[in-house]
Amino acid sequence: MRTLIFRATAPYLTALMLLYSIFVLLRGHNEPGGGFIGGLIAASALAIYGIACGVSPVRRAIRYHPMAISGFGLFLGAIAGIFSLFAGVPYMTGLWVYPTVFGVELKLSTTLIFDIGVYLVVLGAITSIALALEEKERD
Amino acid sequence: MAAAERPAIDLADAFVMEAPALADWLIVAPLVIGFIFAALCLMTRKDTGRQPVIAIAGLVLILLSVAGLFVHVLANGTVVMAMGRWLPPFGIAFVADTLGATLALISGIVGLATGIYALREADNTERRYGFYPFLLMMLSGVICAFLTGDIFNLYVWFEVLLLGSFGLLILGSRRDQLDGATKYAFLNLIATTLFLIAVAYVYGLFGTLNMADIARKAAVMEEVGPRLTIAALFFFAFAMKAAAFPLNFWLPASYHTPRLAVGAVFAGLLTKVGVYALLRILLTIFPADRDDLAIAIAVVAAASMMLGALGALAQTDMRRVLGYLVISGIGIMLAGLALGSATGLSGTAFYTAHSMVIMTALYLLVGIVGAAAGTFDLHRAGGLYATAPWLAVVALILAFSASGLPPFSGLWPKIFLVKASIDVGAWWLAAAILLSGFLTTIALVRLFAFAFWRPANPDMRSMTLGEVPVARLGLPVLVGLCGLTVIAGLYPEPFIQVSDRIAFELMNPVGYIDAVYAPMPIQPAAAEGAVQ
Repeated sequence: MRTLIFRATAPYLTALMLLYSIFVLLRGHNEPGGGFIGGLIAASALAIYGIACGVSPVRRAIRYHPMAISGFGLFLGAIAGIFSLFAGVPYMTGLWVYPTVFGVELKLSTTLIFDIGVYLVVLGAITSIALALEEKERD
Repeated sequence: MAAAERPAIDLADAFVMEAPALADWLIVAPLVIGFIFAALCLMTRKDTGRQPVIAIAGLVLILLSVAGLFVHVLANGTVVMAMGRWLPPFGIAFVADTLGATLALISGIVGLATGIYALREADNTERRYGFYPFLLMMLSGVICAFLTGDIFNLYVWFEVLLLGSFGLLILGSRRDQLDGATKYAFLNLIATTLFLIAVAYVYGLFGTLNMADIARKAAVMEEVGPRLTIAALFFFAFAMKAAAFPLNFWLPASYHTPRLAVGAVFAGLLTKVGVYALLRILLTIFPADRDDLAIAIAVVAAASMMLGALGALAQTDMRRVLGYLVISGIGIMLAGLALGSATGLSGTAFYTAHSMVIMTALYLLVGIVGAAAGTFDLHRAGGLYATAPWLAVVALILAFSASGLPPFSGLWPKIFLVKASIDVGAWWLAAAILLSGFLTTIALVRLFAFAFWRPANPDMRSMTLGEVPVARLGLPVLVGLCGLTVIAGLYPEPFIQVSDRIAFELMNPVGYIDAVYAPMPIQPAAAEGAVQ
């Protein structure tokens, strides 16, 4: 789609959506949100960028192949449960630490690692499909 | 930890308080290893030289972990681990009894054997499109299906292994592959849907999805109707997945289309997951309903045996011959389930393990034979005895073993099953087992006679084994699998002991239920030590 307005706004829209997707990802443990929906938002951000500016700028911008991103997410998901081995609890038990950084208590957990894994799997898989479809369209 | 400021809650109500023994971690090892190595293969998808190294390392580790689990289960009985520390039935439990651990071990062997064989078969394009990630995911899906103790989780693993198998089936994107994959995918999705409907009924009826929990609630349930409906639905769904008559037609339509390594791993593993699910659900969970369904299972079993054996005789493509033999083997496994006696179930357990190894080996053998003869068509192949005498020896051993002739591993389970059939007066079932064995012998010896004994077809350019790329790694793999069948045939006592134990555990599901629910009330002293 080659309209000037869309092409001018798409990069800002993409940046905003990516930022928002990370917000949704991080709030997801106790509130609506999480890795899956965050990954979908991020994937649609990249899809919008692809529709506005073409597929190859997107591929250049994300540097890695979408499937490789998915693979990394899967890797994170699989290792998130292994921390339990060292804590003496069964596989996939959520483990929490509460470090205080600059006066703010951070709630970090193995669940978050798993959720980031889900985010990356969804982002990679949907982006892979979306970019392939967008490439087809211009042929 | 900031947890101190929270109100005191008795965690023992909801949590597993004991630290799991280190050896118990073997039960999730295949899952973790499979997913991590599949992810590594995905991340290196362009690097087709490194992918096989990663994948073989993953397959070796999976085999080691399931072998360790098998030894652990044999020594210490059923192993249970509740995911996320939540007590069953809330947390998903992985439960490895002897049946699950044995089948997981054989799956590990089959996975590694086909992975090694595929090193020379899968080309760079197939590697880039995900051959190894699919293989690893499918294998961990299969193994986790054998190990899970939660019926919805079983459904999830079925999905994982199906997705992996869809991917493997269409690698190459040839016309006949897509044709086969459509039938395969469509019929498997119908079976999966029925499975899911049955799971929904189970949840509606019992309010739980944990297998041990369902089993103990079903045992005291007085209404037969709803329970029998669910059992019948499960039987229908899993019989379809196991390719039992009359829902078998997807298998010969699809298994001959992909690479032989893929066909081998499919034939070795996929249909057996269906058989495993039938054993688990109809014996551990709904034993009373198995008795009601026994006659239907027996008819399905006998029909599958005969149809498979006759189908194998009628085919001229070597790969299709094997596809029908898989179906015939499924019938023989179901015979033990229909009989339900200790001897019969022992035979089924032994035959399932035997069949996983033998069907994989037969597919790999046909891969080498087809490559050496230049064709899979029985009418045109020939002359391999002159160029590859040792391959002929291997082929003959496998043919005898698959037909149940002595001195190989197919003999003993068939003896058990025939004896168990005669014990209850089911002469026709015994006759079907013997007749299907006889027909299988003819089908395989026909394959042997055409491909090996007949003089070479002058139109075909047959190669020596040195010229066949898959033979260099394929032949040692085949010899290894043959070794297993010879050992199990000549020295069957340890194998029979294991299958007797499987039969005992299946007939006494209380052991399975106790393993999931008994260890939970524990001494407070031990619990405190475990938490902090």
